[in-house]
Amino acid sequence: MSELFDLPSDLQHSYFGLVMLHLREALLPVLFGLLVALPLAQLCVRLRWLYPPVLWVTTVLYAIPSLAFFVILIDYTGLSELTVMIPLAIYSLVVLVPAIVDGVRSVPQETLAAATAMGFGPVRRYVQVQLPIAAPAIIAGLRVASVSSVSLVSVGMLIGNQGALGNLLNSGMIYNQPRLIWLSVVGTAVLAVLVDAALIGVRILLTPWMPRGARKNTRTLAKAAAR
Amino acid sequence: MNVLNYIDAFFSDSAHWQGYDGIPTRVAEHIQYTLEALAIAAAVGLPVGLLTGHTGRGGNTLALIATAGRALPSFGLMVLMFVLLGLGLAPVMIPLVVLAIPPILVTTYEAMRSVAPAPVDAARGMGMAETEILFRVELPVALPLILSGLRSAAIQIVSTATIAAYVSFGGLGRYIVDGLYQRDYEKVVGGATLVAALALVTLGVFWAAGRLSVSRGVRRA
Repeated sequence: MSELFDLPSDLQHSYFGLVMLHLREALLPVLFGLLVALPLAQLCVRLRWLYPPVLWVTTVLYAIPSLAFFVILIDYTGLSELTVMIPLAIYSLVVLVPAIVDGVRSVPQETLAAATAMGFGPVRRYVQVQLPIAAPAIIAGLRVASVSSVSLVSVGMLIGNQGALGNLLNSGMIYNQPRLIWLSVVGTAVLAVLVDAALIGVRILLTPWMPRGARKNTRTLAKAAAR
Repeated sequence: MNVLNYIDAFFSDSAHWQGYDGIPTRVAEHIQYTLEALAIAAAVGLPVGLLTGHTGRGGNTLALIATAGRALPSFGLMVLMFVLLGLGLAPVMIPLVVLAIPPILVTTYEAMRSVAPAPVDAARGMGMAETEILFRVELPVALPLILSGLRSAAIQIVSTATIAAYVSFGGLGRYIVDGLYQRDYEKVVGGATLVAALALVTLGVFWAAGRLSVSRGVRRA
């Protein structure tokens, strides 16, 4: 059984090590994207005219193929993990910004008025009222962003073996070992599904008042996918 | 030298405009891959999405399929198919189709579900057959959202079709992969610019398609 997960030594990682590397390269950018998207989305909610141009810019940036993005960045950040993570963070914005804007906008006016009447200042109202109500939409966006991030990391293999599990693809080709390629593809897919499931768990924990309906599932997915 | 210089140098070099590695050839190849993959994905995704959306059954299964499709890494899948099937267009098409089906399927389903029940009931009350309801009532109303699903699928294909170059096919990825190995940044940046431009054109095409095909009454609402 252990032979199944044996890797060529030039990868300098165990399979588990690659999995952890993959998680880090995929999820740190999404986290960073979230940190950028939250204030950006709030700005878009406040200043309505800003939203369409922001959407356009993120959509255009998203259309730049990851490989090209990586290679252009080599000039600035070298053959490093950072070169893989910067584009992934930028890609995550195309999903996260609209998800947060929609979520925050969907908070009913009466709820906001009630919060204000109770003496909530703008910051406290945002953190304690708007964000929790927007949480399901935000997490739906995070799910799509994380899953596609996990699958995109593999392309980093092409720039100096920075693709974590994707590095196995190259080894599989040059050593003619389909086993390594299977390990890469199945490992990445399982990782993506696990990350997705973990985020669903987070949502259930964060929003205990939500019904666990299935209908909502496709709707939020569709909204996120329509971007 | 910054990115804009590279872009300028790439497009002003006349050698990049002719022959089998010229911009027109590569753009045509790229469009060909995109259209083929989009056509296959739409041929699978649209009917299934329309039917399940019409009957309202199977939403959970669709969400599951969509997540699974998104979880499969396109690049890894292509290399795997290349090893299993050998040189051919199939190893390139399979990941592109797998990539494009989830957005088409899920948005089509959800578009059909979000049609207001009143007009559908009215149509049924007027004695329209189920297929008539599907094509003459639900579809026109759901069309904007369905188009947005197709659009996002198309854009993802355009940007992902670049990986075809890794298994020796053409398309705009050629410039990026070749440029990477030849340490020719001009080429890489030029290829990336072309792909981004093609994605913008795709956005424009879908915007125009929406203007032409969506009924004015639906657009206003």
